[in-house]
Amino acid sequence: MPMIYVDGQEIEVKKGENILEACLNAGLDLPYFCWHPAMGSIGSCRQCALVQYQNEEDTRGRIVMGCMTPVSEGARFSLKAENATQFREAVVESLMLNHPHDCPVCAEGGECHLQDMTVMVGHRDRRYTGKKNTYRNQYLGPLIHHEMNRCIACYRCERYYRDYAGGKDLGAQASHDHLYFGRHEEGVLESEFSGNLVEVCPTGVFTDKPFLKQYSRKWDLQSAPSICQGCAVGCNIAPGERYGKVKRVHNRYNDEVNGYFLCDRGRFGSGYLNSDLRLDYAGIKNPDGSFFAVHQQQALDTAAGWMTGKKVVAIGSPRASLEANYLLRELVGPKNFAPGFSDHEADLIGGIATILQSTKSINPSIKQIETADAVLILGEDVTNTAPRVALALRQSVRNKAFELAEQMGLPAWQDAAVRNLAQDQRSPMTIVSAMDTRLDDVASTCVSLAPDDIAAFGHAVAAALAGETTDNAEADAAAQMLKAAKNPLIVSGSSMAHQGVINSAAAVADALSQAKTMLSFCVPECNSLGLALMVADGSSSSLKALAKRAVKVDALIVLENDLYRRGDKELIDQLLASGTKVITLDMYENGTLDQSDLVMAAASYAESQGTLVSSEGRAQRFYPVHSPAAERLPSWQWLLRLAKVVEHKKLSKLEHFDQIVAACAKSSPLFAGLVDVAPLNSFRDRGSKIPRQTHRYSGRTAMNSGVSVHEPQQPKDHESPLSYSMEGLNRDQPASLTPFVWAPGWNSNQSLQKFQSEVDGPLKGGSSGVRLISSSQTGAEISSQVNEVTLKPHQWHLVPMEQIHGSDELSAHTDEIAELAGRGFIAIGEKVAEKLAVTEGDGLLVKQGDVQSSLEVRILSRVAKNCIGYSAGYSETRELTAGSLVSLEVDKAWQRSGPEMIASDKAAFQQVIGDGGASNV
Amino acid sequence: MLSELRTMWEVLKHTFTKAETVQYPEEMPYLSPRYRGRIVLTRDPDGEERCVACNLCAAVCPVDCIALQKDTREDGTWYPEFFRINFSRCIMCGMCEEACPTYAIQLTPDFEMCEYDRQNMVYEKEHLLINGVGKYPDYNFYRVSGMKTATKDKGEALNEARPIDTKSLLP
Repeated sequence: MPMIYVDGQEIEVKKGENILEACLNAGLDLPYFCWHPAMGSIGSCRQCALVQYQNEEDTRGRIVMGCMTPVSEGARFSLKAENATQFREAVVESLMLNHPHDCPVCAEGGECHLQDMTVMVGHRDRRYTGKKNTYRNQYLGPLIHHEMNRCIACYRCERYYRDYAGGKDLGAQASHDHLYFGRHEEGVLESEFSGNLVEVCPTGVFTDKPFLKQYSRKWDLQSAPSICQGCAVGCNIAPGERYGKVKRVHNRYNDEVNGYFLCDRGRFGSGYLNSDLRLDYAGIKNPDGSFFAVHQQQALDTAAGWMTGKKVVAIGSPRASLEANYLLRELVGPKNFAPGFSDHEADLIGGIATILQSTKSINPSIKQIETADAVLILGEDVTNTAPRVALALRQSVRNKAFELAEQMGLPAWQDAAVRNLAQDQRSPMTIVSAMDTRLDDVASTCVSLAPDDIAAFGHAVAAALAGETTDNAEADAAAQMLKAAKNPLIVSGSSMAHQGVINSAAAVADALSQAKTMLSFCVPECNSLGLALMVADGSSSSLKALAKRAVKVDALIVLENDLYRRGDKELIDQLLASGTKVITLDMYENGTLDQSDLVMAAASYAESQGTLVSSEGRAQRFYPVHSPAAERLPSWQWLLRLAKVVEHKKLSKLEHFDQIVAACAKSSPLFAGLVDVAPLNSFRDRGSKIPRQTHRYSGRTAMNSGVSVHEPQQPKDHESPLSYSMEGLNRDQPASLTPFVWAPGWNSNQSLQKFQSEVDGPLKGGSSGVRLISSSQTGAEISSQVNEVTLKPHQWHLVPMEQIHGSDELSAHTDEIAELAGRGFIAIGEKVAEKLAVTEGDGLLVKQGDVQSSLEVRILSRVAKNCIGYSAGYSETRELTAGSLVSLEVDKAWQRSGPEMIASDKAAFQQVIGDGGASNV
Repeated sequence: MLSELRTMWEVLKHTFTKAETVQYPEEMPYLSPRYRGRIVLTRDPDGEERCVACNLCAAVCPVDCIALQKDTREDGTWYPEFFRINFSRCIMCGMCEEACPTYAIQLTPDFEMCEYDRQNMVYEKEHLLINGVGKYPDYNFYRVSGMKTATKDKGEALNEARPIDTKSLLP
């Protein structure tokens, strides 16, 4: 390892890194703006200047940019040299020339990198007396607020949005001191990852719009380490709460999972937590169908009365924690427990769980996905089903560029140079899907096939890899591509609702001989895989089997699950039929809850703790951000208390969360790793619990004084090593217990580098989560049978299209997400549209057997023969079944929904027209 | 010995000086305008609330007796939805006034705030807000800030140039 000298101090550095990274690794404060650990250096802001000396005798030196200067053995630098400090101060002073007097009314204030750097370089008094440049703002959709005056032209937004996330509709415009970062015209940002602009922008140009509506300063937010519940990727998040409301969700760094970035569903999709639909009290149904609120104990006693000595069955949920599902399963016995998947989904996820336990390939983390140098995607629109994985796939195609750079001796952090060198050369990616995917723009080959044919394609690739000759040239090409790669990656998933597709992906992975072959599956919900592992022994029941027994059953317990999303109405009605007492634990009103006889108000993920298993097989713990409001209780506590009341032999011995985890870990060899997921409740860091509040949490003696001047004691957390307090130290603890990042002098999220063991490396407390699945490496046992379906004329295959905004059950209850989701739609190819004489926005009647839905038309740019897509998970399309055959008819009664803009677009557009803004932007 | 005599002399000397004690409450003492007493929220010269809910007063308060929540007016400007000071905790240190970037929060020479019921020491915005500018007659934050308001377009704030036309080719 080379040694360098900074201000006489000897520093050990990593070969190939730059001096800015070296300084940050050594704990030295060197200001910067444009450099970002995930995006490398371009040397545009000139902020990280320091002096480099030729040798020991050189006393003058020369100013170099830290982010652009590689370290070399024995190099001498100075941070403190007067010309360097003056230079850095002058840079900030010039950046501040046009900066508006906005800090008090800026949502970045208090966590602003520009504020931090200004203080760090010591700039205080404004000398420039000229006029400040001003700009007009743009409306960028319901998620991002734009305030262009605050820009310092570091280019981070453009580099993130275009180069990193592959967006096309935001960029730099104009030149010199007229530089403008925005869209060509006002409108909703197209990228599914636009929310990261909030964290990437070092100042307040892009801020979180929903957060702005209920704004609190960073120092006033109570945060806890949490896991995103939006999909199965398991991104680490840090939600912030104040006055009982979850105000925003910030990224929580996990080097192996989400790194620095989240998707928009994860960042903005938690608004439902503050929704009016949330339940506050347990309730028992009146004869007239309404509920009357009861105390917790009364609810428990009522439930116990219906359960003791009776036949009780239960349905779990892939969106509830492992612990809650475990308790419910134990409470009623495995045979009387159904995991709460739809029956088809249960097969798919179960199949994936089996494959992951036997495949010869690696089930990769997101970090590993980024290293793939050839990708085959079978049937999945990853951007909509596992968004954060799609962002990693976008990085994987850059490996070609890094390879070229390495041949040239160019360090990977020389971002502009590497991109310039590679131009459009990318690592190969083949997407085989029924229709457009959001990754098509970086794919080298896109093949449009119906789900059955995708499975056949996969098996053909596997056959070609095994040396057999196939008559499928595209499959041969895909096989060649995978064979030539060092780290080939196969991605598939359950969104096609097709077992054959999943099996064929496993077949391809097992046919590859590379040691670093990766196989990744997208599964739908945050704990789908965990639940599949729990019922992997086959002892549990299915919805259909339970429905058959419904007549003989006295009581049914439903855990956080809207069953009407899981099966057709007939089946669910049969399940919930009168005669059976239905007890539901959930957090908001839904169809299942309306049919229940007793409802227990469950706490949300922000009010309870639990473990989730991500699609990677990583078990991760989420912790309550605030204590449950009103009479809500976390599901695991409801069930534990219920077990006590009914005097369950095994469960009534358990008291605490840690004991449940231990019992759950013992229940199956697959769950043995659960005990290591996070530290025990007894964990103390330097004698105290980890504080959820910042050291400058304000208003403690006034927050509640409007109600009573007598201050209540802070709520106590008896179940986790975190406290609802500002006392304690948030530093160097295990990564799974990091509620927020802050370091002296670093108030913004850039303080993360003080928590990392090295730049872009794991946190000082390691990487959180434990991987539960280890493969037996025997190769997956799968059938290669492919279904053959004959279509009648004018019939189409229904292919589900998952949508990042709208398909997820919970986030769709967030106003902003619902706005972006729009109406349920039917997606058809151009030719079909021509034949039916419809255009985008028209209505079509979709007939599937007796079911008929009227849906909006969207036109696809590429689509497999005889396939049409529908928006999966929307209420309008709930009656439609994936894979079924449908016929189409123009809906004559259809009303087009005005100009092609979403609701908020219109309001802003009129406002802009009103004050003459648009023409000047 | 010498020290004791000196002390006695000093004490005796004060017998002949004018007493500082006043017969409060019959006689009111003079308190200068910068005296740190009861806190008020002032209005700007245009009669609008000065407070922009930036939370700096709450952050700097050593006894954490200020709590507020930001809300937004229709024109995008910020104001406090509620603003609460728990005077039973307040130590009249004046740091909130020092921190305030808009001169909204000011301390006044009124110190007579005794109550029989502690709950009455909790002041909400309606109790704090006065119809005046307090000690700073001229300042209006939104005339300086780059934010667009109902009465001020972009580029019309103090020391601001007209908004840039990004489509122009002129230098």
